[in-house]
Amino acid sequence: MTAPAGRSKQRPEPRTTTPDSGAAHPPAVVSLRGATASLGGRPVLRGVDLTVHRGEVVALLGGNGSGKSTTIRAVVGQVPLTTGELELFGTPSRRFRQWRRIGYVPQRTTAASGVPATVREVVSTGRLSRTGLRPLGRADRAAVTWALELVGMANRADDSVNALSGGQHQRVLIARALASDPELLIMDEPMAGVDLASQQVLADTLRQRVAAGTTVLLVLHELGALESLIDRAVVLRDGLVVHEGAPPAATGPHALPGHDHVHPHATTEPGRTGFLDTWAGQP
Amino acid sequence: MTLEFLDHAFMQRALIAAALIGVIAPAVGIYLVQRRQAIMGDGIGHVALAGVALGFLLSADPVWMAVLVATLGAVAMELIRAHGKTHGDIALAMLFYGGMSGGVLLINLSDDGSNAQLLSYLFGSITTVSEDDVIVISVLAGLVMAVTLGLRRQLFAVCQDEEFARVTGLPVRLLNLTLAVTAAVTVTVAMRVVGLLLVSALMVIPVAAAQQLTRAFASTLVIAVAIGVTVTLSGTVSTYYVDAPSGATIVVLAIGVFLVVTAIATPLAARRARRAEAERPDERLPTLPSVTPKGDLPV
Repeated sequence: MTAPAGRSKQRPEPRTTTPDSGAAHPPAVVSLRGATASLGGRPVLRGVDLTVHRGEVVALLGGNGSGKSTTIRAVVGQVPLTTGELELFGTPSRRFRQWRRIGYVPQRTTAASGVPATVREVVSTGRLSRTGLRPLGRADRAAVTWALELVGMANRADDSVNALSGGQHQRVLIARALASDPELLIMDEPMAGVDLASQQVLADTLRQRVAAGTTVLLVLHELGALESLIDRAVVLRDGLVVHEGAPPAATGPHALPGHDHVHPHATTEPGRTGFLDTWAGQP
Repeated sequence: MTLEFLDHAFMQRALIAAALIGVIAPAVGIYLVQRRQAIMGDGIGHVALAGVALGFLLSADPVWMAVLVATLGAVAMELIRAHGKTHGDIALAMLFYGGMSGGVLLINLSDDGSNAQLLSYLFGSITTVSEDDVIVISVLAGLVMAVTLGLRRQLFAVCQDEEFARVTGLPVRLLNLTLAVTAAVTVTVAMRVVGLLLVSALMVIPVAAAQQLTRAFASTLVIAVAIGVTVTLSGTVSTYYVDAPSGATIVVLAIGVFLVVTAIATPLAARRARRAEAERPDERLPTLPSVTPKGDLPV
């Protein structure tokens, strides 16, 4: 599938302050303030602030156990906050019901389902946020086909998901999230275990959706193929945001696949924030 | 006449009950198999025995008491599963064995209960299905069909990926409890035909056989139900000619179907896999080497 013509993604103006201080920002679609959460009695988030504005592409970076996945799962209500506040599209999360506005791609598990299911059947579940208990209509089926075409899996629609490669399976999960035509796409490690061909398809798909105005919040282990799309990187460590700003430009060894863009940047880095000073001062 | 068994009212009732159970047991079982909870029907069967026994002890209807107790047991199992406690499997084992031993104990304490009755609930006794039983079985089977077919897209989503289903805004907890109650009702409806110890087999084996032939959930459901109805009807008819318990006959037939399907499907699947491999040259591209650091952030 060829990449649809979209806007060529401009690197945004460096944001030199915390994201919610600028009055020129579009409204926040995700607003997490002072979030703390524990898993199994162990504190995982220790006061995370995260704001994602409409149209932004925000990457959460950090090592294993830094809390980046927990942050995403807290945003979609799958990890309860001990303290702090969460607003989605300006609505406190307690009262938020418009799940059709959010497309969620959980971390892919390798465990095959017990009963076979086709690609189309799995992607169709993405429409449930719009259909609820009513049956699928013509528009729903068209949306499923559209989502399958976006990720280049329309020709595999009637194949069992158990017969797919890791990369193809991930494309199916992203099509499932896109089937409700969401305004906000939330993805947990969408590139993990994905072959190069599928990485390219996924990057093209995302570029097309971002061009159409979709907001994206995603967890990444490395910027990789998505690098040029990312407006802002938020780095977590030990359950705290330690760096926030424009992602570093990939040059030299940084551009190699597998390089983890989570080291401290030069102090002249335009995108650095007050967080960096605190962070760099840590042992 | 080859169909002379149809002249007997008891056989007509038995066949109606058998056909209904042949439909509903795989229709519920497919969701349990999908969620890798195939053994749950077995557990509910164990707990339902305590309900049967309680019915004898209190001189209440054993079937309705079984429905009540099995429902409570299934809800307890669902709550244990949903909370994912580390010792959840131990808690489930306690529930299973407690139900079974409690049931045997209570039946022996009651005046009405005999070992023969106990056996008929444990292994099924379809030819003793009364007219009232047929009505109760029909009503309950109708409810089970309404849930398993009417909510199939929602239940499929919940059993396929529970976290994703919650983020679509579906009432996942309610759907899980509905499925648990439906499974409990199915077990108690089926106990007259296949018995509490073998009911789980009828929920699982037709699905296991069907999924070797299919790529889709919908076709798996259809074929599993077809296998279920075939084995319950043929098993019931064979008990007319051979003096064998209906439940054991039906389950042995189901295993036979499973073995035949496996023998046919395995070479087919291998050929299909080879062909799919040949059609997908793009998949031979190397995946990214895993060089992601596993340790903490460099500081």
